[in-house]
Amino acid sequence: MDAAQALADLTEISSQIEAAVLFRGDGAVQGSTLAREEATAALVRGALELLEGASRFRSEDGAVVQIEASTPEGSVFVVRDGDRGIVATTAPQPTVGLVFYDLKSCLRGAAAEEPSEPAPEPKKPKRRGASAAAQEEGDDEA
Amino acid sequence: MRRKLLAVAGFLTGVLAGAALYRRSAARRGDRLDVYFDDGSMVSFVEGSPEAERLLPVAREMLAAARR
Repeated sequence: MDAAQALADLTEISSQIEAAVLFRGDGAVQGSTLAREEATAALVRGALELLEGASRFRSEDGAVVQIEASTPEGSVFVVRDGDRGIVATTAPQPTVGLVFYDLKSCLRGAAAEEPSEPAPEPKKPKRRGASAAAQEEGDDEA
Repeated sequence: MRRKLLAVAGFLTGVLAGAALYRRSAARRGDRLDVYFDDGSMVSFVEGSPEAERLLPVAREMLAAARR
């Protein structure tokens, strides 16, 4: 499943989600439900700012994996899994657990498409040089 | 009769005022920032706390940008 398909499934499953963007830790956008690029960029920029700001709230080690910012106008959700993340906006008073679950499923679905590790190239058998083969033939004759 | 009407009007005004106050306080309760960490812990910051004051405006801008 690619990012666009994962986002299409997400918006179909969850009627609470108004907009969602899949992104990478460096800010690269993988997919968006928004038509306008500026809006997509604003969501990703904000998500990275929220993750960065929230990570300072704790002195001990511990990465921020989820954020919900709830306002009377609506809620903003951010979910991070390693280098990948998803940010979404909802109407006011969403079903928080359900939204987080759907966002994580979407993130996993989009990640499933990507190869996790490049497969090592199979070793090619060494081609024997012509001189080596000729020498071997000579040995056989002797 | 007039006294009754005044009593009913007063009662209705009170109910409306109470409903408006309740809605406002309910809306205020919505301003919150919940942060979940990878060890399973969660911290919640309500509006008025320095942490929420720093990041809630970012969330409001994001909502506005998504709906523009």
